Amino acid sequence: MAETARNSSGTTASPSDAGPGGSGIVFDIQRYAVHDGPGIRTTVFLKGCPLDCWWCHNPESQSAQPQIVVMEGRCVRCGECVKVCPQGEAGAAAADRPRCTACGACVAACPAGARRMAGARMTVEEVLAEVLKDRLFYEESGGGATFSGGEPLFQPQFLHGLLQACRSAGLPTAVDTCGFAPWDDLRAVVPLTDLFLYDLKGADEQSHAHHTGVPSGPILDNLRALGAVHDNIWIRIPVLPGINDDDAQVDAMARLAASAGGVRRVNLLPYHKTGVHKFRQLGRAYRLERLAPPSPERMEDVAARFRAFGLRVRVGG
Amino acid sequence: MTERTARLRRASLEAAPAISPERAVLVTDFYQANEGRYSAPVMRARSFLHLCEHKTIYLGEDELIVGERGPRPKAVPTYPELTCHSLDDLRILHSRPKTRYAVSDECVKVYQERIIPYWRGRSLRDRIFEAVSAEWRAAYDAGLFTEFMEQRAPGHTVLDDKIYRKGMEDFQREIAEAVAALDWLGDPEAWAKREQLQAMAIACDAALVFARRHADLARARAAAESDPRRRADPEKIADVCTRVPARAPRDFHEALQSYWFCHLAVITELNGWDSFSPGHLDQHLLPFYRRGLAEGTLTPESARELLEAFFVKFNNHPAPPKVGVTAAESGTYTDFANINLGGLLTDGADGSNEISHLVLDIVDEMHLVQPSTNLQLSRKTPDALLTHALRVIRKGYGFPSLFNADAVVEEQLRQGKSLEDARAGGCSGCVETGAFGKEAYILTGYFNLVKVLELALHDGVDPRTGRPLGPRTGPADSFASFDDLFAAFRAQLHHFLDVKMRGNQTIEQMYARLMPAPFLSVLTDDCIRKGKDYNAGGARYNNSYIQFVGIGSLADCLAAVRQTVFDEKALRLGDLVKALDADFEGQEVLRQRFVHRASKYGNDDDRADALAVRAFEALVEEVDGRPNTKGGHYRVEMLPTTSHVYFGSVTGAMPDGRRAGAPLSEGISPVQGADRHGPTAVFKSAAKLDHLKTGGALLNMKFTPALLADEDGMEKVARLVRTYFRMDGHHVQFNVVRAETLRKAQAEPEAHRDLIVRVAGYSDYFCDLARELQDEIISRTEHAAFQPAGDAP
Repeated sequence: MAETARNSSGTTASPSDAGPGGSGIVFDIQRYAVHDGPGIRTTVFLKGCPLDCWWCHNPESQSAQPQIVVMEGRCVRCGECVKVCPQGEAGAAAADRPRCTACGACVAACPAGARRMAGARMTVEEVLAEVLKDRLFYEESGGGATFSGGEPLFQPQFLHGLLQACRSAGLPTAVDTCGFAPWDDLRAVVPLTDLFLYDLKGADEQSHAHHTGVPSGPILDNLRALGAVHDNIWIRIPVLPGINDDDAQVDAMARLAASAGGVRRVNLLPYHKTGVHKFRQLGRAYRLERLAPPSPERMEDVAARFRAFGLRVRVGG
Repeated sequence: MTERTARLRRASLEAAPAISPERAVLVTDFYQANEGRYSAPVMRARSFLHLCEHKTIYLGEDELIVGERGPRPKAVPTYPELTCHSLDDLRILHSRPKTRYAVSDECVKVYQERIIPYWRGRSLRDRIFEAVSAEWRAAYDAGLFTEFMEQRAPGHTVLDDKIYRKGMEDFQREIAEAVAALDWLGDPEAWAKREQLQAMAIACDAALVFARRHADLARARAAAESDPRRRADPEKIADVCTRVPARAPRDFHEALQSYWFCHLAVITELNGWDSFSPGHLDQHLLPFYRRGLAEGTLTPESARELLEAFFVKFNNHPAPPKVGVTAAESGTYTDFANINLGGLLTDGADGSNEISHLVLDIVDEMHLVQPSTNLQLSRKTPDALLTHALRVIRKGYGFPSLFNADAVVEEQLRQGKSLEDARAGGCSGCVETGAFGKEAYILTGYFNLVKVLELALHDGVDPRTGRPLGPRTGPADSFASFDDLFAAFRAQLHHFLDVKMRGNQTIEQMYARLMPAPFLSVLTDDCIRKGKDYNAGGARYNNSYIQFVGIGSLADCLAAVRQTVFDEKALRLGDLVKALDADFEGQEVLRQRFVHRASKYGNDDDRADALAVRAFEALVEEVDGRPNTKGGHYRVEMLPTTSHVYFGSVTGAMPDGRRAGAPLSEGISPVQGADRHGPTAVFKSAAKLDHLKTGGALLNMKFTPALLADEDGMEKVARLVRTYFRMDGHHVQFNVVRAETLRKAQAEPEAHRDLIVRVAGYSDYFCDLARELQDEIISRTEHAAFQPAGDAP
């Protein structure tokens, strides 16, 4: 099963790990993350993802490379970015900058903080220092560090190094994964991970491939394999009306969650449109403009189907 | 809520605040007839007795707890002996669109003909302004500091448990013993002490007369009532008012009424700041509550109804309106009475009980702006009480605020109080720490830290007026290093604190000699034993506080200057000052850089936080431990009420990118919108200041409702608060409201009249606030939950 993942993913790459877990590309570190596991947590977002979900809330996390993000609302049209751009194109308009090399000159020059570098190389020590800042809050609340993405297993050595560092520092850890990774990489972090947040995007092979760019099979297989060796897994499912919320898919996911060992709960996350403006900031098209968020009643219907399989379900984080 | 409570509540909400000239007339009568006959304390006591003998007694329909300061609910008396309203003041109060006090033609007439002619030049406020130095006046006018005591008497006072154990007759016995013990042969102050003690005994009489008149009126009402069923209430009131406050209360009803009479007496005698507060109400009421339930004379429902009637009484008493320029600006009816819940017992055990929960339910149900409530959260306080408080907080009223009871004890131990007295203490007003019933902890004025830096950048000259104000600490370009600039700031700070404190010392002594408070002295240990007034050092503990405003803005300014001018050398300080003087006109890029690119306090970033700490430690070194005139010391507090808006209006553009006139940061909160890393980072930054060296540090947090929407969210906020308190944080309060809702309320105030928000150390109706303050609250960072798959930072 796990073999399939390695073969079909086609991405064996761990983009740019320097040294044994030494450094990697981080695109954000969020403190007081209260939806990424128990307690008060700091979530570290690693850059790079093998999936290209249409609803992605963090499209800037998909590419493994640093990118420039422009927040148009903050732009004061001062032109400082244009003055410093070596490619001569770093204007305020976010949509069209084909020659951008993400050198970061415009980010440094922008007085209004309207330009941000999504993705910076950080060492394990640097990330750990940031994560340790809220240690007292974790201790008080039973929280810890969550590694998310992108797909954290897209930088497997870096993730391994981070988890190891947290372990040494006595910090509880969680890994938020889409499950589309070589089984060996996933298995390698099992002993260092207290909680897996395991995302499922659907159970229909065709729809999954269409909307995420990858097949669902390896993800489902990895969940079964993980459930056999880890006993603290929370399944997280974005509920996307018309895409993955039909009874057949819901039941298939529920059946899997119920039969895989180690699944403690299921979080159903209603689709919402926060991704729209981020696609815009990146100059990319958003493909779900017309998709409306599911109603609370619909969420309850879906939750009920999961509960029918004996699962502990929660709507929201 | 019972039907009776609903009617009382509605009547209180519908009553319109108005000025009552009754007190002014009675006091003026008394002073005119008796000027020169008595010592100051006896004069004060006798005029208070005169008031209690002659003021209108009000007994309202449905009332269980009785007594009003004015002739009817929300009829607010004035205190011309302290501060005499001008006709202009009265006109402004009557006509201003917000926090209006109706002023009748009759009131204007009596002020014109009798009050003003007698008190102009005699009122303490007039005498204070005569007595302070020209330098003080100039700094005051420039907005360096404010002065609490120019309008209202020293207050900020909270009662302990003594009135639940003793009545006025017991106090009078203690006073007689103290008189008998006077050492006429050895004590040169014996006469002064005798006068003071005599004044206290008269003040007790005044309270007794006041209660007796209520009993008499209630008895007359009962007698006139033909329906026997309607006789029960007035008969009960007559019985209660006959018993208390003459003697110690025997039951729950008498306990509440006894406090309320003491409350009214304190706020009628003088207009002390922050009204008066019952302190640990849940602890004080507990024995009466349990006994009543055990004996079958009380039920949880009847106790609740009595407490709700008690709450209505606070709401019936808007703050006495101020005079002068502040009449137009001062925008609140709130008088800062604040009830403590939870906390510790004097033996160190958890002080919370079933009444703590009952009061929280009442706060939730009554939805009144007064009284304020706060939870004193110690390590020993059960989480259940904190969660209950959060369930009320998430409704968005801003109540209750949360205090670290363990830190509050430590702050007081540091000041030399006994462990028991510290534990019996707590917080009042906004966030001020005090030993309840045993301390005069006096707030003396807000102090504008950002203005001090502005003067350091301008060689001691106020750029707004061109007037030289402070010492010549050198032109901006003369500072070779950041330390040179900080030294100039420090020199200006030292200078204006000296000016401020010289004024304070003058005013303290004037109150001690000219405006004693004999009734408040009866209630405050050890005034009777010492034969000394509350205003003259009679209390067991005497701390004078200065309230510093704008530490967040100051830290950001210092960080921006250090980075831009001294580290990056991107700009000369002189050129920066020119840009400030031009209010960044034509320098928007520079301003943007300061706003967005410099380090900001509130992000757990030491580049800015360390400067906040450095400035804070400078304040502590300058102020903490300096002697006041009452045998106590000066201390530091970090709270603004609404002064950050006023101080901002007199302070020019600054290097944090703030434009001229915009509000400063409030309390120890970051500059509005400057914190970008969530609440844990704000708490970390705020806790880098050593709160234990203060008498209170105020932190505001604005949360979206989503963060407290479910049990899980509340649990996380509870852990957040516990962690802040583990780091010795003194206080935090939450505004749980969406910026969107507030903007809507600005657009349609009529539809949002009941929207209550946390302002500073208190809550108020949003629509009553001045537009600038509304905007400022909206701009405070709204902490949103981080969505599962990420959201814009």
